[in-house]
Amino acid sequence: MNDLSVSMSTAGAAGHAALPEAAAKVTARNLNFYYGEHHALKNINLTLGTHRVTAFIGPSGCGKSTLLRIFNRMYDLYPGQRAVGQLMLDQTNILDPRLDLNLLRARVGMVFQKPTPFPMTIYENIAFGIRLYEKISKSEMDGRVEKALRGGALWNEVKDKLNASGLSLSGGQQQRLCIARTVAVRPEVILFDEPCSALDPISTAKVEELIQELSEDYTIAIVTHNMQQAARVSDKTAFMYLGELIEFDDTSRIFTSPTDRRTQDYITGRFG
Amino acid sequence: MASEHTAKAFDSDLQELTRLVAEMGGLAERMITDSVDALVRRDVALGQRVVAADAEIDNLQRLIEERAVLTIARRQPMAIDLREIVGAMRVATDLERIGDLAKNMGKRVAALESDFHPLKLIRGLEHMTDLVQSQVKSVLDAYAAHDLPAAMNVWKADEEVDAICTSLFRELLTYMMEDPRNISFCIHLMFCAKNIERIGDHSTNIAETVFYMIEGQQILDKRPKGDMTTFATTVPGN
Repeated sequence: MNDLSVSMSTAGAAGHAALPEAAAKVTARNLNFYYGEHHALKNINLTLGTHRVTAFIGPSGCGKSTLLRIFNRMYDLYPGQRAVGQLMLDQTNILDPRLDLNLLRARVGMVFQKPTPFPMTIYENIAFGIRLYEKISKSEMDGRVEKALRGGALWNEVKDKLNASGLSLSGGQQQRLCIARTVAVRPEVILFDEPCSALDPISTAKVEELIQELSEDYTIAIVTHNMQQAARVSDKTAFMYLGELIEFDDTSRIFTSPTDRRTQDYITGRFG
Repeated sequence: MASEHTAKAFDSDLQELTRLVAEMGGLAERMITDSVDALVRRDVALGQRVVAADAEIDNLQRLIEERAVLTIARRQPMAIDLREIVGAMRVATDLERIGDLAKNMGKRVAALESDFHPLKLIRGLEHMTDLVQSQVKSVLDAYAAHDLPAAMNVWKADEEVDAICTSLFRELLTYMMEDPRNISFCIHLMFCAKNIERIGDHSTNIAETVFYMIEGQQILDKRPKGDMTTFATTVPGN
Protein backbone atom coordinates (compact mmCIF):
# COMPACT_ATOMS: atom_id res chain seq x y z
CA MET A 1 0.00 0.00 0.00
CA ASN A 2 2.83 2.37 0.72
CA ASP A 3 3.75 2.66 -2.94
CA LEU A 4 0.39 4.10 -3.87
CA SER A 5 0.19 7.82 -4.37
CA VAL A 6 -3.33 8.03 -3.01
CA SER A 7 -3.96 6.73 0.45
CA MET A 8 -6.90 4.42 0.57
CA SER A 9 -8.97 3.36 3.51
CA THR A 10 -9.90 -0.30 3.61
CA ALA A 11 -12.34 -2.48 5.41
CA GLY A 12 -9.51 -3.27 7.81
CA ALA A 13 -10.27 -5.19 10.93
CA ALA A 14 -13.91 -4.24 10.61
CA GLY A 15 -14.11 -6.27 7.43
CA HIS A 16 -13.44 -9.40 9.45
CA ALA A 17 -16.36 -9.80 11.78
CA ALA A 18 -14.35 -10.07 14.98
CA LEU A 19 -15.74 -10.74 18.41
CA PRO A 20 -15.24 -8.01 20.96
CA GLU A 21 -12.10 -8.50 23.04
CA ALA A 22 -12.78 -10.75 26.02
CA ALA A 23 -11.29 -10.32 29.48
CA ALA A 24 -8.06 -12.26 29.87
CA LYS A 25 -8.40 -15.67 31.56
CA VAL A 26 -4.85 -16.89 31.08
CA THR A 27 -1.99 -14.50 30.45
CA ALA A 28 1.53 -15.47 29.45
CA ARG A 29 4.31 -12.91 29.69
CA ASN A 30 7.82 -13.64 28.48
CA LEU A 31 7.18 -17.31 28.96
CA ASN A 32 10.14 -19.60 28.23
CA PHE A 33 10.36 -23.34 28.46
CA TYR A 34 13.29 -25.74 28.59
CA TYR A 35 13.58 -29.46 28.07
CA GLY A 36 16.88 -29.78 29.91
CA GLU A 37 19.23 -27.66 27.77
CA HIS A 38 16.84 -27.37 24.88
CA HIS A 39 15.10 -24.00 24.74
CA ALA A 40 11.69 -25.13 23.50
CA LEU A 41 9.58 -21.99 23.91
CA LYS A 42 10.95 -18.50 23.47
CA ASN A 43 9.36 -15.42 25.01
CA ILE A 44 5.72 -16.29 24.52
CA ASN A 45 3.31 -13.42 25.16
CA LEU A 46 -0.40 -14.03 24.74
CA THR A 47 -3.74 -14.12 26.49
CA LEU A 48 -6.58 -16.60 26.36
CA GLY A 49 -9.81 -14.62 26.40
CA THR A 50 -12.54 -15.71 28.85
CA HIS A 51 -15.08 -18.00 27.17
CA ARG A 52 -13.21 -17.83 23.91
CA VAL A 53 -11.70 -20.64 21.86
CA THR A 54 -8.03 -20.13 21.08
CA ALA A 55 -6.41 -22.45 18.55
CA PHE A 56 -2.70 -23.21 18.34
CA ILE A 57 -1.35 -24.25 14.98
CA GLY A 58 2.11 -24.88 13.61
CA PRO A 59 4.30 -27.65 12.23
CA SER A 60 5.29 -30.61 14.42
CA GLY A 61 7.79 -29.66 17.07
CA CYS A 62 6.92 -25.95 17.03
CA GLY A 63 6.05 -26.01 20.72
CA LYS A 64 2.27 -25.77 20.65
CA SER A 65 1.68 -28.91 22.73
CA THR A 66 4.50 -27.88 25.04
CA LEU A 67 2.74 -24.58 25.64
CA LEU A 68 -0.54 -26.33 26.34
CA ARG A 69 1.19 -28.60 28.86
CA ILE A 70 2.44 -25.57 30.77
CA PHE A 71 -1.09 -24.26 31.28
CA ASN A 72 -1.82 -27.08 33.76
CA ARG A 73 1.81 -27.79 34.77
CA MET A 74 1.69 -31.20 33.11
CA TYR A 75 5.43 -30.90 32.53
CA ASP A 76 5.98 -31.16 36.31
CA LEU A 77 5.63 -34.90 35.94
CA TYR A 78 8.95 -35.00 34.11
CA PRO A 79 12.33 -34.14 35.60
CA GLY A 80 14.54 -31.64 33.81
CA GLN A 81 11.67 -29.66 32.32
CA ARG A 82 11.14 -26.11 33.53
CA ALA A 83 9.19 -23.00 32.66
CA VAL A 84 10.47 -19.45 33.22
CA GLY A 85 8.53 -16.23 32.99
CA GLN A 86 5.02 -15.36 34.02
CA LEU A 87 1.84 -17.31 33.48
CA MET A 88 -1.30 -16.15 35.23
CA LEU A 89 -4.70 -17.83 35.57
CA ASP A 90 -6.77 -14.86 36.66
CA GLN A 91 -4.81 -13.80 39.78
CA THR A 92 -3.10 -17.16 40.29
CA ASN A 93 0.51 -17.64 39.23
CA ILE A 94 0.46 -21.01 37.49
CA LEU A 95 4.24 -21.32 37.77
CA ASP A 96 4.26 -20.84 41.54
CA PRO A 97 6.10 -23.93 42.93
CA ARG A 98 3.87 -23.91 46.03
CA LEU A 99 0.72 -24.18 43.97
CA ASP A 100 -1.52 -27.21 44.67
CA LEU A 101 -1.32 -29.02 41.33
CA ASN A 102 -4.47 -31.04 41.95
CA LEU A 103 -6.43 -27.85 42.40
CA LEU A 104 -4.79 -26.29 39.36
CA ARG A 105 -5.71 -29.30 37.24
CA ALA A 106 -9.27 -29.16 38.52
CA ARG A 107 -9.40 -25.57 37.27
CA VAL A 108 -7.55 -26.35 34.04
CA GLY A 109 -8.79 -29.62 32.55
CA MET A 110 -7.20 -31.43 29.66
CA VAL A 111 -8.40 -33.72 26.87
CA PHE A 112 -5.77 -35.72 25.01
CA GLN A 113 -5.23 -36.88 21.47
CA LYS A 114 -6.17 -40.49 22.14
CA PRO A 115 -9.30 -41.14 24.18
CA THR A 116 -8.19 -42.35 27.61
CA PRO A 117 -11.22 -43.69 29.47
CA PHE A 118 -10.49 -45.47 32.76
CA PRO A 119 -11.10 -49.23 32.71
CA MET A 120 -14.31 -48.87 34.71
CA THR A 121 -17.98 -48.18 34.07
CA ILE A 122 -19.16 -45.12 32.20
CA TYR A 123 -20.71 -43.84 35.43
CA GLU A 124 -17.52 -44.36 37.41
CA ASN A 125 -15.43 -42.69 34.72
CA ILE A 126 -17.26 -39.48 35.55
CA ALA A 127 -17.84 -39.99 39.29
CA PHE A 128 -14.19 -40.85 39.94
CA GLY A 129 -12.92 -37.34 39.20
CA ILE A 130 -15.70 -35.65 41.16
CA ARG A 131 -14.97 -37.77 44.26
CA LEU A 132 -11.37 -36.58 44.23
CA TYR A 133 -12.48 -33.06 44.96
CA GLU A 134 -15.90 -33.28 46.55
CA LYS A 135 -17.89 -35.43 48.95
CA ILE A 136 -21.49 -35.61 47.75
CA SER A 137 -24.49 -37.90 48.17
CA LYS A 138 -25.43 -40.63 45.72
CA SER A 139 -28.39 -38.70 44.33
CA GLU A 140 -26.32 -35.58 43.93
CA MET A 141 -23.68 -37.66 42.20
CA ASP A 142 -26.27 -39.12 39.82
CA GLY A 143 -27.27 -35.58 38.92
CA ARG A 144 -23.69 -34.50 38.37
CA VAL A 145 -22.91 -37.53 36.19
CA GLU A 146 -25.95 -36.88 34.04
CA LYS A 147 -25.10 -33.22 33.72
CA ALA A 148 -21.52 -34.01 32.75
CA LEU A 149 -22.59 -36.60 30.19
CA ARG A 150 -25.05 -34.10 28.75
CA GLY A 151 -22.24 -31.57 28.70
CA GLY A 152 -20.18 -34.08 26.74
CA ALA A 153 -23.09 -34.58 24.30
CA LEU A 154 -23.09 -38.27 25.22
CA TRP A 155 -26.06 -38.68 27.57
CA ASN A 156 -28.61 -39.83 25.01
CA GLU A 157 -26.26 -42.51 23.72
CA VAL A 158 -25.28 -43.98 27.12
CA LYS A 159 -28.13 -43.26 29.55
CA ASP A 160 -29.33 -46.88 29.34
CA LYS A 161 -25.92 -48.44 29.86
CA LEU A 162 -24.20 -46.39 32.52
CA ASN A 163 -22.79 -49.56 34.05
CA ALA A 164 -21.17 -50.71 30.83
CA SER A 165 -17.41 -50.35 30.60
CA GLY A 166 -16.11 -47.05 29.28
CA LEU A 167 -13.90 -49.07 26.97
CA SER A 168 -16.95 -50.60 25.25
CA LEU A 169 -17.77 -47.26 23.60
CA SER A 170 -16.66 -46.27 20.10
CA GLY A 171 -13.59 -44.04 19.69
CA GLY A 172 -15.70 -40.92 19.19
CA GLN A 173 -17.87 -41.75 22.19
CA GLN A 174 -14.79 -42.47 24.32
CA GLN A 175 -13.43 -39.05 23.45
CA ARG A 176 -16.72 -37.41 24.41
CA LEU A 177 -16.65 -39.43 27.64
CA CYS A 178 -13.22 -37.91 28.34
CA ILE A 179 -14.62 -34.46 27.66
CA ALA A 180 -17.55 -35.19 29.99
CA ARG A 181 -15.07 -36.36 32.64
CA THR A 182 -13.17 -33.11 32.27
CA VAL A 183 -16.33 -31.02 32.45
CA ALA A 184 -17.59 -32.96 35.51
CA VAL A 185 -15.11 -31.30 37.88
CA ARG A 186 -16.26 -27.87 36.67
CA PRO A 187 -12.97 -26.49 35.36
CA GLU A 188 -12.54 -22.90 34.18
CA VAL A 189 -10.23 -23.72 31.31
CA ILE A 190 -10.24 -26.79 29.08
CA LEU A 191 -7.16 -27.72 27.06
CA PHE A 192 -7.62 -29.89 23.99
CA ASP A 193 -4.51 -31.52 22.59
CA GLU A 194 -5.46 -32.65 19.09
CA PRO A 195 -8.77 -34.05 20.35
CA CYS A 196 -9.98 -35.27 16.95
CA SER A 197 -6.89 -36.71 15.32
CA ALA A 198 -7.97 -40.27 16.14
CA LEU A 199 -11.61 -39.76 15.22
CA ASP A 200 -13.67 -40.25 12.05
CA PRO A 201 -15.26 -37.18 10.39
CA ILE A 202 -18.67 -37.56 12.03
CA SER A 203 -17.22 -37.95 15.53
CA THR A 204 -14.95 -35.01 14.71
CA ALA A 205 -17.95 -32.89 13.78
CA LYS A 206 -19.66 -33.83 17.05
CA VAL A 207 -16.61 -32.91 19.11
CA GLU A 208 -16.25 -29.62 17.21
CA GLU A 209 -19.90 -28.83 17.84
CA LEU A 210 -19.32 -29.65 21.50
CA ILE A 211 -16.30 -27.35 21.71
CA GLN A 212 -18.43 -24.49 20.39
CA GLU A 213 -21.09 -25.20 23.02
CA LEU A 214 -18.53 -25.54 25.81
CA SER A 215 -17.08 -22.14 24.97
CA GLU A 216 -20.20 -20.57 26.46
CA ASP A 217 -19.12 -21.76 29.89
CA TYR A 218 -15.40 -22.43 29.61
CA THR A 219 -12.24 -20.86 28.26
CA ILE A 220 -10.83 -23.21 25.67
CA ALA A 221 -7.41 -23.78 24.15
CA ILE A 222 -7.02 -26.29 21.36
CA VAL A 223 -3.95 -27.62 19.61
CA THR A 224 -4.73 -29.00 16.19
CA HIS A 225 -2.96 -30.08 13.04
CA ASN A 226 -6.16 -29.67 11.10
CA MET A 227 -6.23 -26.07 9.94
CA GLN A 228 -9.82 -26.23 8.76
CA GLN A 229 -10.69 -27.33 12.28
CA ALA A 230 -8.89 -24.34 13.76
CA ALA A 231 -10.71 -22.11 11.27
CA ARG A 232 -14.05 -23.66 12.18
CA VAL A 233 -13.96 -23.78 15.96
CA SER A 234 -11.73 -20.97 17.19
CA ASP A 235 -12.11 -17.24 17.78
CA LYS A 236 -8.39 -16.55 17.97
CA THR A 237 -5.55 -18.43 16.36
CA ALA A 238 -1.90 -18.52 17.34
CA PHE A 239 0.66 -19.65 14.80
CA MET A 240 3.84 -21.03 16.33
CA TYR A 241 7.10 -21.92 14.68
CA LEU A 242 10.38 -23.16 16.15
CA GLY A 243 9.29 -22.33 19.67
CA GLU A 244 8.20 -18.79 18.87
CA LEU A 245 4.76 -17.26 18.66
CA ILE A 246 4.82 -15.85 15.15
CA GLU A 247 1.32 -14.46 14.80
CA PHE A 248 -1.68 -14.23 17.09
CA ASP A 249 -4.87 -12.70 15.74
CA ASP A 250 -8.57 -13.19 15.07
CA THR A 251 -9.08 -16.53 13.36
CA SER A 252 -10.99 -14.93 10.50
CA ARG A 253 -7.98 -12.78 9.81
CA ILE A 254 -5.32 -15.50 10.16
CA PHE A 255 -6.99 -17.71 7.58
CA THR A 256 -7.91 -15.06 5.02
CA SER A 257 -5.10 -12.54 5.20
CA PRO A 258 -2.36 -13.27 7.71
CA THR A 259 0.30 -10.64 8.25
CA ASP A 260 3.42 -12.73 8.57
CA ARG A 261 4.88 -14.49 5.56
CA ARG A 262 5.61 -17.63 7.59
CA THR A 263 1.98 -17.89 8.70
CA GLN A 264 0.85 -17.51 5.11
CA ASP A 265 3.29 -20.16 3.87
CA TYR A 266 2.20 -22.59 6.57
CA ILE A 267 -1.56 -22.28 6.21
CA THR A 268 -1.41 -22.40 2.42
CA GLY A 269 0.77 -25.52 2.44
CA ARG A 270 3.97 -23.94 1.18
CA PHE A 271 6.23 -24.92 4.04
CA GLY A 272 9.70 -26.44 3.74
CA MET B 1 3.10 -15.23 -6.50
CA ALA B 2 4.37 -16.96 -3.43
CA SER B 3 6.69 -19.94 -3.51
CA GLU B 4 5.51 -23.41 -4.46
CA HIS B 5 3.10 -25.58 -2.56
CA THR B 6 4.20 -28.85 -1.03
CA ALA B 7 1.43 -30.39 -3.14
CA LYS B 8 2.61 -29.55 -6.65
CA ALA B 9 -0.74 -30.39 -8.21
CA PHE B 10 -2.23 -27.46 -6.29
CA ASP B 11 0.16 -25.11 -8.09
CA SER B 12 -0.90 -26.45 -11.47
CA ASP B 13 -4.58 -26.09 -10.50
CA LEU B 14 -4.01 -22.41 -9.70
CA GLN B 15 -1.91 -21.82 -12.81
CA GLU B 16 -4.58 -23.38 -14.97
CA LEU B 17 -7.19 -21.05 -13.46
CA THR B 18 -5.02 -18.00 -14.14
CA ARG B 19 -4.41 -19.21 -17.68
CA LEU B 20 -8.14 -19.64 -18.33
CA VAL B 21 -8.86 -16.14 -17.04
CA ALA B 22 -6.12 -14.77 -19.31
CA GLU B 23 -7.63 -16.61 -22.27
CA MET B 24 -11.05 -15.22 -21.43
CA GLY B 25 -9.60 -11.73 -21.07
CA GLY B 26 -7.96 -11.92 -24.51
CA LEU B 27 -11.26 -13.00 -26.01
CA ALA B 28 -13.16 -10.18 -24.30
CA GLU B 29 -10.66 -7.60 -25.52
CA ARG B 30 -11.02 -8.84 -29.08
CA MET B 31 -14.81 -8.74 -28.85
CA ILE B 32 -14.75 -5.10 -27.76
CA THR B 33 -12.47 -4.08 -30.65
CA ASP B 34 -14.43 -6.09 -33.20
CA SER B 35 -17.82 -4.85 -32.10
CA VAL B 36 -16.83 -1.20 -32.39
CA ASP B 37 -15.02 -1.83 -35.68
CA ALA B 38 -18.14 -3.48 -37.00
CA LEU B 39 -20.15 -0.49 -35.86
CA VAL B 40 -17.86 2.09 -37.47
CA ARG B 41 -17.58 0.21 -40.76
CA ARG B 42 -21.13 -1.10 -40.56
CA ASP B 43 -19.71 -4.57 -41.13
CA VAL B 44 -22.68 -6.82 -40.40
CA ALA B 45 -20.66 -10.04 -40.81
CA LEU B 46 -18.10 -8.93 -38.24
CA GLY B 47 -20.95 -8.00 -35.92
CA GLN B 48 -22.29 -11.54 -36.27
CA ARG B 49 -18.89 -12.99 -35.43
CA VAL B 50 -18.86 -10.99 -32.20
CA VAL B 51 -22.28 -12.37 -31.35
CA ALA B 52 -21.00 -15.90 -31.98
CA ALA B 53 -17.87 -15.35 -29.88
CA ASP B 54 -20.02 -14.70 -26.83
CA ALA B 55 -20.86 -18.39 -26.55
CA GLU B 56 -17.17 -19.12 -26.26
CA ILE B 57 -16.71 -16.62 -23.45
CA ASP B 58 -19.72 -18.07 -21.62
CA ASN B 59 -18.18 -21.53 -21.86
CA LEU B 60 -14.92 -20.27 -20.43
CA GLN B 61 -16.72 -18.71 -17.52
CA ARG B 62 -18.47 -21.98 -16.75
CA LEU B 63 -15.17 -23.83 -17.00
CA ILE B 64 -13.44 -21.39 -14.62
CA GLU B 65 -16.25 -21.68 -12.14
CA GLU B 66 -16.19 -25.49 -12.23
CA ARG B 67 -12.42 -25.59 -11.84
CA ALA B 68 -12.53 -23.08 -8.99
CA VAL B 69 -15.22 -25.00 -7.12
CA LEU B 70 -13.34 -28.26 -7.64
CA THR B 71 -10.11 -26.74 -6.36
CA ILE B 72 -11.84 -25.36 -3.28
CA ALA B 73 -13.38 -28.76 -2.58
CA ARG B 74 -10.15 -30.61 -3.16
CA ARG B 75 -7.59 -28.33 -1.50
CA GLN B 76 -9.48 -26.27 1.08
CA PRO B 77 -7.42 -23.22 0.12
CA MET B 78 -6.52 -20.61 2.71
CA ALA B 79 -5.40 -16.98 2.70
CA ILE B 80 -3.77 -15.88 -0.56
CA ASP B 81 -4.76 -19.09 -2.37
CA LEU B 82 -8.37 -18.66 -1.37
CA ARG B 83 -8.34 -15.03 -2.49
CA GLU B 84 -6.68 -16.04 -5.75
CA ILE B 85 -9.48 -18.50 -6.53
CA VAL B 86 -12.28 -16.16 -5.45
CA GLY B 87 -10.56 -13.46 -7.54
CA ALA B 88 -10.50 -15.68 -10.64
CA MET B 89 -14.23 -16.34 -10.26
CA ARG B 90 -15.00 -12.67 -9.83
CA VAL B 91 -12.89 -11.58 -12.79
CA ALA B 92 -14.51 -14.29 -14.92
CA THR B 93 -17.94 -12.91 -14.02
CA ASP B 94 -16.92 -9.40 -15.05
CA LEU B 95 -15.41 -10.67 -18.30
CA GLU B 96 -18.58 -12.57 -19.07
CA ARG B 97 -20.58 -9.38 -18.65
CA ILE B 98 -18.11 -7.52 -20.87
CA GLY B 99 -18.71 -10.23 -23.48
CA ASP B 100 -22.47 -9.70 -23.22
CA LEU B 101 -22.10 -5.95 -23.71
CA ALA B 102 -19.87 -6.40 -26.77
CA LYS B 103 -22.32 -8.95 -28.16
CA ASN B 104 -25.12 -6.42 -27.71
CA MET B 105 -23.16 -3.91 -29.80
CA GLY B 106 -22.49 -6.57 -32.43
CA LYS B 107 -26.22 -7.15 -32.73
CA ARG B 108 -26.91 -3.47 -33.28
CA VAL B 109 -24.73 -3.27 -36.39
CA ALA B 110 -27.42 -4.91 -38.50
CA ALA B 111 -29.96 -2.35 -37.28
CA LEU B 112 -27.94 0.69 -38.31
CA GLU B 113 -29.35 1.11 -41.79
CA SER B 114 -29.73 4.84 -41.75
CA ASP B 115 -27.56 6.87 -44.11
CA PHE B 116 -27.07 9.35 -41.36
CA HIS B 117 -23.98 8.74 -39.38
CA PRO B 118 -22.10 11.85 -38.43
CA LEU B 119 -18.41 11.12 -38.35
CA LYS B 120 -17.95 13.25 -35.27
CA LEU B 121 -20.18 11.06 -33.17
CA ILE B 122 -18.59 7.88 -34.45
CA ARG B 123 -15.17 9.34 -33.64
CA GLY B 124 -16.37 10.16 -30.15
CA LEU B 125 -17.44 6.57 -29.67
CA GLU B 126 -14.14 5.31 -31.07
CA HIS B 127 -12.17 7.53 -28.74
CA MET B 128 -14.14 6.29 -25.79
CA THR B 129 -13.60 2.71 -26.88
CA ASP B 130 -9.85 3.26 -27.17
CA LEU B 131 -9.78 4.51 -23.61
CA VAL B 132 -11.87 1.66 -22.25
CA GLN B 133 -9.94 -0.84 -24.30
CA SER B 134 -6.67 0.30 -22.75
CA GLN B 135 -8.31 0.22 -19.31
CA VAL B 136 -9.37 -3.39 -19.83
CA LYS B 137 -5.94 -4.34 -21.09
CA SER B 138 -4.14 -2.60 -18.21
CA VAL B 139 -6.33 -4.15 -15.56
CA LEU B 140 -5.94 -7.65 -17.00
CA ASP B 141 -2.17 -7.14 -17.08
CA ALA B 142 -2.32 -5.92 -13.49
CA TYR B 143 -4.35 -9.01 -12.56
CA ALA B 144 -1.86 -11.36 -14.17
CA ALA B 145 1.17 -9.57 -12.67
CA HIS B 146 -0.41 -8.91 -9.25
CA ASP B 147 0.47 -5.26 -9.83
CA LEU B 148 -1.50 -3.24 -7.29
CA PRO B 149 -0.44 0.29 -8.36
CA ALA B 150 -1.35 -0.49 -11.99
CA ALA B 151 -4.76 -1.79 -10.93
CA MET B 152 -5.37 1.32 -8.84
CA ASN B 153 -4.53 3.55 -11.81
CA VAL B 154 -7.32 1.86 -13.74
CA TRP B 155 -9.63 2.22 -10.77
CA LYS B 156 -9.05 5.97 -10.64
CA ALA B 157 -9.02 6.65 -14.39
CA ASP B 158 -12.58 5.60 -15.15
CA GLU B 159 -13.75 9.15 -14.59
CA GLU B 160 -12.60 10.29 -18.03
CA VAL B 161 -14.63 7.58 -19.76
CA ASP B 162 -17.70 8.70 -17.85
CA ALA B 163 -17.16 12.31 -18.90
CA ILE B 164 -16.91 11.44 -22.60
CA CYS B 165 -20.03 9.32 -22.33
CA THR B 166 -21.94 12.23 -20.85
CA SER B 167 -20.91 14.66 -23.58
CA LEU B 168 -21.75 12.06 -26.26
CA PHE B 169 -25.22 11.74 -24.77
CA ARG B 170 -25.76 15.47 -24.97
CA GLU B 171 -24.71 15.58 -28.60
CA LEU B 172 -26.89 12.65 -29.56
CA LEU B 173 -29.86 14.39 -27.96
CA THR B 174 -29.37 17.48 -30.08
CA TYR B 175 -29.11 15.40 -33.26
CA MET B 176 -32.34 13.65 -32.43
CA MET B 177 -34.11 16.96 -31.91
CA GLU B 178 -32.80 18.39 -35.13
CA ASP B 179 -34.27 15.63 -37.26
CA PRO B 180 -36.51 12.81 -36.05
CA ARG B 181 -35.10 10.57 -38.80
CA ASN B 182 -31.87 10.46 -36.81
CA ILE B 183 -33.55 9.06 -33.76
CA SER B 184 -33.21 5.38 -34.59
CA PHE B 185 -29.51 5.64 -35.32
CA CYS B 186 -28.82 7.89 -32.36
CA ILE B 187 -30.64 5.60 -29.96
CA HIS B 188 -28.52 2.67 -31.07
CA LEU B 189 -25.38 4.73 -30.72
CA MET B 190 -26.51 5.83 -27.29
CA PHE B 191 -26.86 2.24 -26.15
CA CYS B 192 -23.45 1.46 -27.58
CA ALA B 193 -21.91 4.37 -25.67
CA LYS B 194 -23.59 3.17 -22.51
CA ASN B 195 -22.29 -0.36 -23.15
CA ILE B 196 -18.74 0.92 -23.52
CA GLU B 197 -19.15 2.90 -20.35
CA ARG B 198 -20.38 -0.23 -18.55
CA ILE B 199 -17.36 -2.14 -19.82
CA GLY B 200 -15.25 0.56 -18.19
CA ASP B 201 -17.10 -0.06 -14.94
CA HIS B 202 -16.36 -3.77 -15.15
CA SER B 203 -12.67 -3.01 -15.56
CA THR B 204 -12.80 -1.03 -12.32
CA ASN B 205 -14.53 -4.02 -10.70
CA ILE B 206 -11.60 -6.14 -11.78
CA ALA B 207 -9.24 -3.53 -10.30
CA GLU B 208 -11.10 -3.89 -7.01
CA THR B 209 -10.72 -7.66 -7.20
CA VAL B 210 -6.97 -7.25 -7.74
CA PHE B 211 -6.86 -5.03 -4.66
CA TYR B 212 -8.71 -7.69 -2.66
CA MET B 213 -6.45 -10.48 -3.88
CA ILE B 214 -3.30 -8.62 -2.89
CA GLU B 215 -4.39 -6.80 0.25
CA GLY B 216 -6.92 -9.25 1.64
CA GLN B 217 -9.41 -6.44 2.19
CA GLN B 218 -12.13 -4.71 0.22
CA ILE B 219 -11.74 -1.14 -0.95
CA LEU B 220 -14.14 1.04 0.96
CA ASP B 221 -13.44 4.38 -0.71
CA LYS B 222 -15.86 5.69 -3.28
CA ARG B 223 -14.49 5.67 -6.77
CA PRO B 224 -14.43 9.10 -8.51
CA LYS B 225 -17.53 9.27 -10.75
CA GLY B 226 -17.93 11.33 -13.89
CA ASP B 227 -21.07 9.81 -15.36
CA MET B 228 -23.64 12.61 -15.51
CA THR B 229 -25.85 11.08 -18.22
CA THR B 230 -28.72 10.92 -15.79
CA PHE B 231 -28.71 14.72 -15.85
CA ALA B 232 -28.11 15.16 -19.57
CA THR B 233 -31.23 16.90 -20.83
CA THR B 234 -31.87 19.33 -23.61
CA VAL B 235 -34.96 21.49 -23.54
CA PRO B 236 -36.74 21.60 -26.94
CA GLY B 237 -36.57 25.01 -28.58
CA ASN B 238 -33.24 25.91 -27.05
